[in-house]
Amino acid sequence: MLAAHLPALQVVIPLMAAPLCAIFRRGYLGWLIAVAANWFAFAAAILLVFRVLEEGTISYAMGGWVPPIGIEYRVDIINVFVLLVVTGVGSVIIPFARAGTAARFNNTDQAWFYTMYLLALTGLLGVTITGDAFNIFVFLEISSLASYVMIAMGRDRRALTAAYQYLIMGTIGATFIVLGVGMLWAMTGTLNLADLAERIPEVSDTRPVLVALAFLTVGISLKLALFPLHLWLPNAYAYAPAVASAFLAGTATKVAIYLFVRIFYTVFGGSGFFSTTPLPEMFLVLSVVAMFAASVVAVFQDDVKRMFAYSSVAQIGFITLGISFVTEAGLTAAMVHLFNHAIMKAGIFLMLGAIMFRLASVQIDDLAGIGRKMPITMAGIVILGLGLLGVPGTSGFISKWWLVLAALENGHWWLVALIVLASLVTMLYVGRVVEVAYFREPSAKVAVMREAPASMLIPAYVLVLATIYFGLETNWSVGLAEQAAAKLMSAVY
Amino acid sequence: MTPSDHILLALLIPSIGAVLIALTGQQRNLRETVTLVTAILLFANVLQILPEVLAGGRPALAGFPVTFGLEVAFRIEPLGMLFGLIASGLWIVNSFYSIGYMRGNKEPRQTQFYVAFAVAIAAALGIAFSANLFTLFIFYELLTLSTYPLVAHHGDAKARQGGRVYLLILLTTSIVFLIPAILWTLSLAGTLDFTPGGILAGRADALTTGLLLALFAFGVGKAALMPVHKWLPNAMVAPTPVSALLHAVAVVKAGVFTVLKVSIYIFGPEHLQETGASEWLVYLATFSLLAASLIAVSKDNLKARLAYSTVSQLAYIVLGAAIATPLALLGAAMHILMHAFGKITLFFVAGAIHTATHKTEISQLNGIGRVMPFTMAAFFIGALSIIGVPILGGVWSKLYIALGGLSGGYGFVVPALMISSLLNVAYLMPIVVRAFFRAPDLADDHGYGATGSDVMPDEQPSRIAEAPWFCVVPLCFTAVACIVLFFLPDAIEMLLSGMLEVPR
Repeated sequence: MLAAHLPALQVVIPLMAAPLCAIFRRGYLGWLIAVAANWFAFAAAILLVFRVLEEGTISYAMGGWVPPIGIEYRVDIINVFVLLVVTGVGSVIIPFARAGTAARFNNTDQAWFYTMYLLALTGLLGVTITGDAFNIFVFLEISSLASYVMIAMGRDRRALTAAYQYLIMGTIGATFIVLGVGMLWAMTGTLNLADLAERIPEVSDTRPVLVALAFLTVGISLKLALFPLHLWLPNAYAYAPAVASAFLAGTATKVAIYLFVRIFYTVFGGSGFFSTTPLPEMFLVLSVVAMFAASVVAVFQDDVKRMFAYSSVAQIGFITLGISFVTEAGLTAAMVHLFNHAIMKAGIFLMLGAIMFRLASVQIDDLAGIGRKMPITMAGIVILGLGLLGVPGTSGFISKWWLVLAALENGHWWLVALIVLASLVTMLYVGRVVEVAYFREPSAKVAVMREAPASMLIPAYVLVLATIYFGLETNWSVGLAEQAAAKLMSAVY
Repeated sequence: MTPSDHILLALLIPSIGAVLIALTGQQRNLRETVTLVTAILLFANVLQILPEVLAGGRPALAGFPVTFGLEVAFRIEPLGMLFGLIASGLWIVNSFYSIGYMRGNKEPRQTQFYVAFAVAIAAALGIAFSANLFTLFIFYELLTLSTYPLVAHHGDAKARQGGRVYLLILLTTSIVFLIPAILWTLSLAGTLDFTPGGILAGRADALTTGLLLALFAFGVGKAALMPVHKWLPNAMVAPTPVSALLHAVAVVKAGVFTVLKVSIYIFGPEHLQETGASEWLVYLATFSLLAASLIAVSKDNLKARLAYSTVSQLAYIVLGAAIATPLALLGAAMHILMHAFGKITLFFVAGAIHTATHKTEISQLNGIGRVMPFTMAAFFIGALSIIGVPILGGVWSKLYIALGGLSGGYGFVVPALMISSLLNVAYLMPIVVRAFFRAPDLADDHGYGATGSDVMPDEQPSRIAEAPWFCVVPLCFTAVACIVLFFLPDAIEMLLSGMLEVPR
């Protein structure tokens, strides 16, 4: 009986757990609740994957109200893949949180932190699983508001302005999305995504639908930090607490990317419609610019967290590039990279969190010689960095391989060259960190440092091992991504 | 144990060794014992595979598919066997030498050094035994990354700069040229497996083959074909054991080994000859070997001179791969072996001189043969082998490449090789002459004692002051091996004869 309600529980459990943390106001208890809720959500996502693979799309009527009157949760191979990424990354990150938050916050603040974390998780899962357009907006706001709070809890006072900046940009994005949804409702009379998918083709030439499309494009692009709408991201990631940076980098933008393909590939009538708009070309150009511009900016960052935040903007460019091909191989590449990048980038931010925990700084000059004092942490950063670079044997290579295959399929030889060159720029900023960490004499501050605690290293290393594992064994990552891509291209919702 | 177990062990032994070295880092005698035991076990293990390969078998280790078109798998053919034997065998010798050198020079971060070394050897064996281009590529990159800490070992500005150039050139070429080359191969042939006779015959026209060959030739930066050779002189900032085993044997040979593999098992020698697609590479390799020799003559720093000599000698092998007649390919494969022993001897000598006297420039070496007679005698033998003088192994490979050039219709290769040999004489022999026949400079006793400037030229020190025995014994061993190899061409040919067989 419980299994039948799995789609609801996926969202409800973290949602219920959040106020529990707030009620008890005990740091340790809050952490336990967060871990339990997150692990439950992960287990639910895994079960859902198996069920979807077996039975196909699952439609769940919330509260027994039959759609389109009630809210429908609709789980298919596309969003179950994203659910898996979000809950999986969260499940690894949250055990890491204990040492850092306990050292910095009092009991009440710790409890608030876990509350916000769980709300952000709830929101992201809700956006992913729901089949209702307005519900998407609601959950998006839940996750965004919780994220603003988490970012503002950063160590640095600049976290406050970063959170504010994100709040302004995020609110604009959310407003655009709700405007778009409103217009679609006005034209079709429904908010259910499946119904929308049926009715939009009849009215797809009308002006309000095109305006809705424009609002949705800009709104979602803001959320997924597509260049040049990425301005909120670097500061937010740089000044947020490590757990928040890792969580947001691994999941928030990924869910926005999911939302994008969901809206354009399935709701708006599939790849056929997408390629009639100028969007593929636009996305292609913006993605390439992101891959280069953001990487080059990353090279010149002195704050290492900011460096990898810019790297995220560049890596999102690789994902949107795959989407812009409008082919099955391109979407596979995008979905695989969504999966792989979530793991790698979350891992890097956790490692940086471990350094922050010991050193209270991630300025590149402060990291001189840290490779000798925190060898395990730095080795992890090197491996994950190689993953970003796309070295074979890491999951990053698999992403790039599929992306290049997809580019070749479209006959874009020049794009292969650009992808390769962009990877080279990645090498520059990863190399900069490695060189400072290993080949400079330790500063006085670094010289007295110890390795990070095991409670931080173990979760972070789960992500490192996953990066290597998914570089060699791709049945899960590529296998699921291929199915999701096939479903997206078939334009059946 | 089956041969496939031995393949797995060949990768595992050095990897486990690396972990144990890291764990025993505090006690250096224990740590060095681990290195030596690992090296000996590894060589014994690789030797176990040899009979099977000699009998015509092709031991394989089924890997696992990764994703579309990519698979990790291992399969040993004669060429890989030869490279595996060289890398693992010389690691033993080099480990003894490393102990003498690293302790003699009081090098920092020795544990890191030995760990990275073991990982590099594992990567070299992975390259030697890989069954397809993808597997080879994984280990190729691993080799680059694991040797970077060795190149930048000293950690000063110069070492960092050298390491940066090293990483930048090797990674850049592999990403910009090699990955596209592999992709292109896959899209043309539908497979990346090393197949006797090649996989591109009939699937690529002359122009495509030529372009693809260019991507491979420059993508494999480790082959140090001009103009992507600059990383090699830069890598000389590394401690000498690194220059000796890695930048005269494992790393650079991994490069030319890849070029040979690609020529034989991806393009196929017959395909290359029929299309004439490799003709340009014959000219470029010839230019590269002559130009590098000329540059070597101009270098005063001993290691820099040896580095350019290596660039030149590697071009011989690329030349053989480009000519692609059976004789030329045989000569090229043999040259991997012959040059390995000759050049490692020369580098060992350079390091021994540095350990004993802290001299690095050739102009400082006047009369050093009187103080370090064993060392300099070994240098003489190694130099003769590089030049290609009979009763030394180096003669065979050059002979075969020249003959191969003639049979392939590239007559100009013969005079080019002769000129190159003369240039070899010009840059190696003056060192020997200085060492033995010039009087030591005034005020220079080669670190022999505190006698200072009151030693008159005619009162040259006659006492021998060699480098530590850990340094001298290995270099004498490799020098003797250069002579032994002269008498073994049959055995080597027997091993390599299966290299070109195409199963009908």
